[in-house]
Amino acid sequence: MASQVNKRAENATRRDFMKIAGLSGVGLMLGFTTKANGAVASVVNISEQAPAAVLSFELLPFVVIDNAGGITLINHRPDMGQATWQAVPMMIAEELEVSLDQIKIQQSDGLRKYGGQLSGGSSTVRTGWGRLRQAGAAAREMFVQAAATRWNANKADCYAKEGKIYHKPTGKSLTYGELVEDASKLVVPKDIPLKAKKDFKVLGKSLPRPEVPSKVTGQAQFGMDVEVPGMLFASIERCPAIHGKVVSIDDTNAKKVAGVKMVVKAERPLPYKTLESVAVLADNYWAALQGRKALKIQWDNGNYPAEMTTDKYFAQLREAAKKEAPSYSNIGNVSEAIGKAAKKLEAQYETPFLAHAPMEPEVAVAHVKEDGTCEIWAPVQGPDGAIEQVSQYLGIAPEKMKVNVPFLGGAFGRKAYLDFVLEAVNLSKQAKAPVKVVWTREDDIQQGPYRPGMLSAMRGGVDANGNIVAFEHTLIGESISGQVFKSFPEGKPDPWAGEGISHEESPYAFPNAKVGFTRVTTDIPIVWWRSVYASNSGFGHESFVDELAHAAGKDPLAVRMELMKDQPRFLNVLKTLGEKSNWNQKLPAGMGKGIAITKSFGSICGHVVYVKKEGTGVKIDRVVSVIDCGMYVNPDNIRAQTEGNIVMGISAATKPGITFADGKVQQSNFHQYRVLRMNEMPKVEIHIIENEEAPGGVGEPGLPPVAAALCNAIFSATGQRIRKLPFDLSKLS
Amino acid sequence: MAAITLTINGKSHEMDVDPRMPLLWAIRDVAGLKGTKFGCGISQCGACTVHIDGKPSRSCSYPVQAAAGKKITTIEGIGSEDNLHAVQKAWIEEQVPQCGYCQSGQIMSAVALLESKPKPTDEDIDNAMSGNICRCGTYQRVRKAIHSAAANKKGNGITGK
Ligand code: FES
Ligand code: FES
Repeated sequence: MASQVNKRAENATRRDFMKIAGLSGVGLMLGFTTKANGAVASVVNISEQAPAAVLSFELLPFVVIDNAGGITLINHRPDMGQATWQAVPMMIAEELEVSLDQIKIQQSDGLRKYGGQLSGGSSTVRTGWGRLRQAGAAAREMFVQAAATRWNANKADCYAKEGKIYHKPTGKSLTYGELVEDASKLVVPKDIPLKAKKDFKVLGKSLPRPEVPSKVTGQAQFGMDVEVPGMLFASIERCPAIHGKVVSIDDTNAKKVAGVKMVVKAERPLPYKTLESVAVLADNYWAALQGRKALKIQWDNGNYPAEMTTDKYFAQLREAAKKEAPSYSNIGNVSEAIGKAAKKLEAQYETPFLAHAPMEPEVAVAHVKEDGTCEIWAPVQGPDGAIEQVSQYLGIAPEKMKVNVPFLGGAFGRKAYLDFVLEAVNLSKQAKAPVKVVWTREDDIQQGPYRPGMLSAMRGGVDANGNIVAFEHTLIGESISGQVFKSFPEGKPDPWAGEGISHEESPYAFPNAKVGFTRVTTDIPIVWWRSVYASNSGFGHESFVDELAHAAGKDPLAVRMELMKDQPRFLNVLKTLGEKSNWNQKLPAGMGKGIAITKSFGSICGHVVYVKKEGTGVKIDRVVSVIDCGMYVNPDNIRAQTEGNIVMGISAATKPGITFADGKVQQSNFHQYRVLRMNEMPKVEIHIIENEEAPGGVGEPGLPPVAAALCNAIFSATGQRIRKLPFDLSKLS
Repeated sequence: MAAITLTINGKSHEMDVDPRMPLLWAIRDVAGLKGTKFGCGISQCGACTVHIDGKPSRSCSYPVQAAAGKKITTIEGIGSEDNLHAVQKAWIEEQVPQCGYCQSGQIMSAVALLESKPKPTDEDIDNAMSGNICRCGTYQRVRKAIHSAAANKKGNGITGK
């Protein structure tokens, strides 16, 4: 890939990012705000340093152009490594007819005009594909109109290219900067026809990401790097049993630590309850941490140490498997078909609680100011959600809030849960100063929230002719909507947990098939984790298809193709996977292969894993992956995200999960909560299906099929069927 | 508290700090160089990797006092956007970073590896890089970028500044 870099964006990243984001540039209206139709163009002050003669015009919420020629596009979805920093501007730039090296990128600040700003659910490209391209097209048309009027020319004779409007008959041109003042007085046009895929100049290309140079030179600003004048650092001692209450605090020694300014009772607001804690505030982080270690706190843990254990929880899940579950989809009559089947299969698959463990632990700076406003600098997945939750927490109007989002050092769902931000808000209010809350890695691993541990109860049947006649998957465990949002629909399945397994997304042509969900509650705090429930359920679902294929005496790829014969997109992924992985090759002794396929977050992804026996276990030799995500923005980034999903999926399958016993989490840092490292990294290759379907997600769909493909390969190599995660690759028998 | 002078990227920084403070926090919070990251605090993740007298070291577990008088190099001392080190160029070429948080540490480990082994094998890379966790999963690209940095230098050896 060419190492051309986007100078403007890169400079913005390096020097102006916090300044601009802090200014909330586009919110500062200078005039021209009201149009006849209530929309949109306005003059905005986007840079403190801009000479007075430079005026920036916000043509649309995502497009700001100044009369000196600067073009700023807004990224409204925080970048946590999934490359929205580039994807959002690319979608706008395609229709605006500007190249990526002409633009500056700025992060949105949570204001409503940008719409939903949550990076989550692999949704940025899916939801932006129409809307953002339309924004680019509308701005372009305004320039075309402005130029045509200026030249007194026919609009049809004018066209846009690389930030200029050209007049075809004469060849003369005007830059967007020269036209912006006129363009800003026009009504924003609607429903402009968008380009066809074959005409894309920017979209679909592996263009270098503009923020990468700042990330290899240590200049990119992450949440951890934010500094605000006069801020205090806080380290917070939270109850090891999570829900315990503070009985007494002895802070004598903590206060003796040089640099410690205050010790206060603090709180950790979860969406559904507020937990108690004790914070040490100091003029540097190290002092705060030392002060925290010197605290003596007595906790009242209630019954939590005895009741809140993962062993108890999983025992309850196994018990609940006996119950009939409300279903997402129910075709034919599974019980009857199993009753008549020649071979009846039944199996339970278990997946552990997991921490997200983003490399940047949770961190937030908050400043609750004396004038009743509040400013936040934090790596949050959704600045709009932060405005909503913090303003509610403080009881102030959302207009009194400002949220600045730097780069996120990983998130995986964790940083859409804003407890760490509210902690900083609470402490800033108490300290009457800006406060930076920094979680340790131990805090991150021991305090949650976690991906829930789940059980997949599977049943199936094969008839005398080797046809799979019944398939049942009941997913059992705690509900995120139930625990976090107190909105579990009683008598129904969890509204989100069917992702990847309901008939809609796993449309195997089984004549009898049921997919359901049973809720079992727990006090262990849970939340969404990369690919959410599909990260659990894909394991049991696709492993059991493999079990049934073997029971039917059929090849696991062939049987999937047969059952998906009326599903052209699935079929194409399977066929491509077979070719690219050379599925039908004869394997040397000791090698095994496994396949799994899942549709989640709008895309279909299948993996073939090859393993080879080594000592008492196996080694992963190679992973071949095919993804159909419809039309796409940057193919290199699809490969990167899928590589990342494979790594995270292997960690989730083969490294220790989170366990609760004796009133606390048993793992504390990366020596116990281990993740995949360089020496364990298999060769991975990613293939992308070309088509003109609507875009699907990319940040998550690669994860759900990983564990099943791996365990199916282990079965093929060793005959051992793994039904419980995690397991140790090096110790199989 | 103690008066300590650190030499970071050739510049001397005088500070009055707890001598047991880890070098990581002295670099970040006192010297104000934020490129070196905190990931675990116990030498498990490599995000805080710097060079101390040329050797890759975990600054989170290195008392600031012990670093006085030594030559410390951080990511900021390796190269800048206008003057990229061969390893940084290779990192851009392969589009290695996702979130990017671990990458300062990855690059510091890779630069040190290439200084001692200009043509590393996959096994050398495994040995030198397995202390650096990347939760985003960029390992395959890290490996490729190291090989390509080694190849671009045509055996002349890579020297950080
Ligand atoms: S922060 Fe030093 S090794 Fe993790
Ligand atoms: S790039 Fe995110 S942790 Fe490595």
